[in-house]
Amino acid sequence: MMRLDIDMALVDRARWAASRIGDGIQPTIDAYTTTSIERCVLRLLGVNGVDENDVPLPNIIVDQAQASGLLEDGIAYWIGSAMLHEGASLPEVIARLSSGKLSLDKVRPQDREGVEQTIQHEANRVCANITQLRLEREQLITELNSTVPPYLYIIVATGNIYEDVIQAKAAAKCGADIIAVIRSTGQSLLDYVPYGPTTEGFGGTYATQANFRIMREALDEASRECGRYIRLVNYCSGLCMPEIAAMGALERLDMMLNDAMYGILFRNINMLRTFIDQHFSRMINAYAGVIINTGEDNYLTTADAYEEAHTVLASQFINEALALRSGLEAGQIGLGHAYEMDPDITDGFLYELAQAEMARIIFPDAPLKYMPPTKHMTGNIFKGHLMDAMFNLAGVISGQTIQLLGILTEHVHTPHLQDRYLAIENAKYIMNNARHLREEISYKKGGIMEKRANEVLAKATSMLEQVADISLMSAIEEGMFASIKRERTGGRGLDGVIRKSERYYNPFPEIFMKEITSCNFSPVLWGDEVKG
Amino acid sequence: MDVNMTRIRPYGDTLDDGYMQLSFTLPVPLSAEARKAAEILAEKMGLEDVKVVYAHSIADSFSFFVVYGRCIHSVDMTAIDIPKVDADFMSYEEINEFIEKRIGRKIVVVAACTGTDAHTVGIDAIINMKGYRGEYGLERYPWFVTYNLGSQVPNEDLVAKAIQVDADAILVSQVVTQRNIHIDNLTHLAELVEAEGIRDRVLLIVGGPRISHELAIELGYDAGFGPGTLPSHVGSFIAQALERSIRNRAEAKGAYPCQMNP
Repeated sequence: MMRLDIDMALVDRARWAASRIGDGIQPTIDAYTTTSIERCVLRLLGVNGVDENDVPLPNIIVDQAQASGLLEDGIAYWIGSAMLHEGASLPEVIARLSSGKLSLDKVRPQDREGVEQTIQHEANRVCANITQLRLEREQLITELNSTVPPYLYIIVATGNIYEDVIQAKAAAKCGADIIAVIRSTGQSLLDYVPYGPTTEGFGGTYATQANFRIMREALDEASRECGRYIRLVNYCSGLCMPEIAAMGALERLDMMLNDAMYGILFRNINMLRTFIDQHFSRMINAYAGVIINTGEDNYLTTADAYEEAHTVLASQFINEALALRSGLEAGQIGLGHAYEMDPDITDGFLYELAQAEMARIIFPDAPLKYMPPTKHMTGNIFKGHLMDAMFNLAGVISGQTIQLLGILTEHVHTPHLQDRYLAIENAKYIMNNARHLREEISYKKGGIMEKRANEVLAKATSMLEQVADISLMSAIEEGMFASIKRERTGGRGLDGVIRKSERYYNPFPEIFMKEITSCNFSPVLWGDEVKG
Repeated sequence: MDVNMTRIRPYGDTLDDGYMQLSFTLPVPLSAEARKAAEILAEKMGLEDVKVVYAHSIADSFSFFVVYGRCIHSVDMTAIDIPKVDADFMSYEEINEFIEKRIGRKIVVVAACTGTDAHTVGIDAIINMKGYRGEYGLERYPWFVTYNLGSQVPNEDLVAKAIQVDADAILVSQVVTQRNIHIDNLTHLAELVEAEGIRDRVLLIVGGPRISHELAIELGYDAGFGPGTLPSHVGSFIAQALERSIRNRAEAKGAYPCQMNP
């Protein structure tokens, strides 16, 4: 069957440029740590909970360490030193730090080798636990299997985790395969992770470890009832990317929204902070067998989807290059794109389909995440439902993996229960009705669609080569992405970026990368039917 | 068609038949009783000849209904009075000319998405160079000086900026409206502007998908803009309202600026 004829030499050039971009920024990423990475190390080592003012203990310990100038050595170095100095076990040291009986600046620095031996043992234990959870997921996937892609992805966002549970289970029973709990607006800018189950939120529900656990349990129950594995998604983005990755790994989340540049461009988080954080957070995601979802759809909510289509493709290449450098397998890199063109464009469906096919061909192993129309949804729920239907048709024809379902009441309110039912019914109808259309059709040589795809590819390639020449950070400073300019030293979170010292120690990257890069590491991400 | 404006009813197939459609969900498993409950509910809402044309179980514990019925109520449209934004909408060129001739200096506008709201789509459409639906944003107008502070801006920062640059208008965008958070936030901003003593020299304007002019007036704003608003709508209002207020202030002082012809 003839698919869209794409200039593969141009694809190679684009990928090479993206790789140069990745190589350009990696030495910078490697030279620094952040407060969020160090808090994440503490969380992985078992520090959890809050003080009487609801301040998370990882924040308290890391802030003290930063104030004393200890963070450049890595919090793990000082925890290890404390264990040796006090002759105490890890839980004892954590308890003493948590209660304020011990302060890291009173600890005498110990020999690095001894520290490594002490901490390595603890880190191995944590990693074994994460591996166990990954295997548990794989067993559930194998046992329960999955439906065929595109997998139906549905959002819940009540603000109350217990209400979310009711809605999520109802959506699963209607046929949803993937449930995303939308975060409370503004959480990306919090430099800490809220604690405990939460029942109040704005436009969504706070991402907390307790909320993750509550929803995971509910979806495991729903999985058994529905006879298929229901996946859980949350947001590994903002100022706490690494910590949320760790929480997700510990609570067996299946997917994480995680974009290398989203925070910089759309949340004005400092670029250095974001690049460093995304790298470590992606390592955790890789190791936990999590599929990341990148946020390219955001480029089109501000810019015109027809004019700026190449920025989506360019960002996909960059996200891929950086994700590979964190050890994510191609099958874990859920690159995003969106069906956001103005519905009044003549042949708009052809352009959308051309781009969806293009993404499928350029990233053959990526579980592509296709995002629905939002920008041109108006409140005319009847037309909106039709637009979502066209989007679903494009999704099934072009063989997308993850279909974020459009909701007819987009632009009106966060989805009601029946809105989700109607969205799922719409997708199931179309995807079943046109299930094998993909295998039956071919595209006209030199036609509108082929021209469109190659035009977008050519523009993206030239943009990537330009970015590679001047470096990624300079390109962002010049406003080359989403027409948004960000300063290298601007944005939130730069005060949490610390240059590593000679004796900097963090046990986790080595353990993660060792296993991820071994030939045995190949997480089961979908059921057998994904290939059919 | 002889429509009685004092007794307006829905039009289905013939005048005054009152036909309406509804869809809703009841939190009970689907049964004959649930269906009847949907019918009774519609009757209580003022529908007669109620037909539950579709009923479907959602996830075993909810029931979804599509219902038709004839509405027994009518509305006297002649008695409705809705406050509308007081402005004659002008084009890009007309607005610039208006400001140049009637105000004679650039108009300073400060804009932001305030509170926890992170959705800048609306404010960007009105302010940023690129604009919306083929129209330039106010930033592009030679006679506007704009400051778009972006998202999640505390009200305090917005007001401080307005004072710092001696703004003529404050534009605030509110997209997230869950649990009416936008009402609290907008009220807080209006109080702040009042407390800082700049209310009489600044136009306070709000926009967003759930915003109406009526709501804006109720909250103490000068104007509210809903969905579909174009940069030129906002620009026209600001220019004309500012011109009016400059004129009023001058009148209060008992002197007309010489170039103006009231």
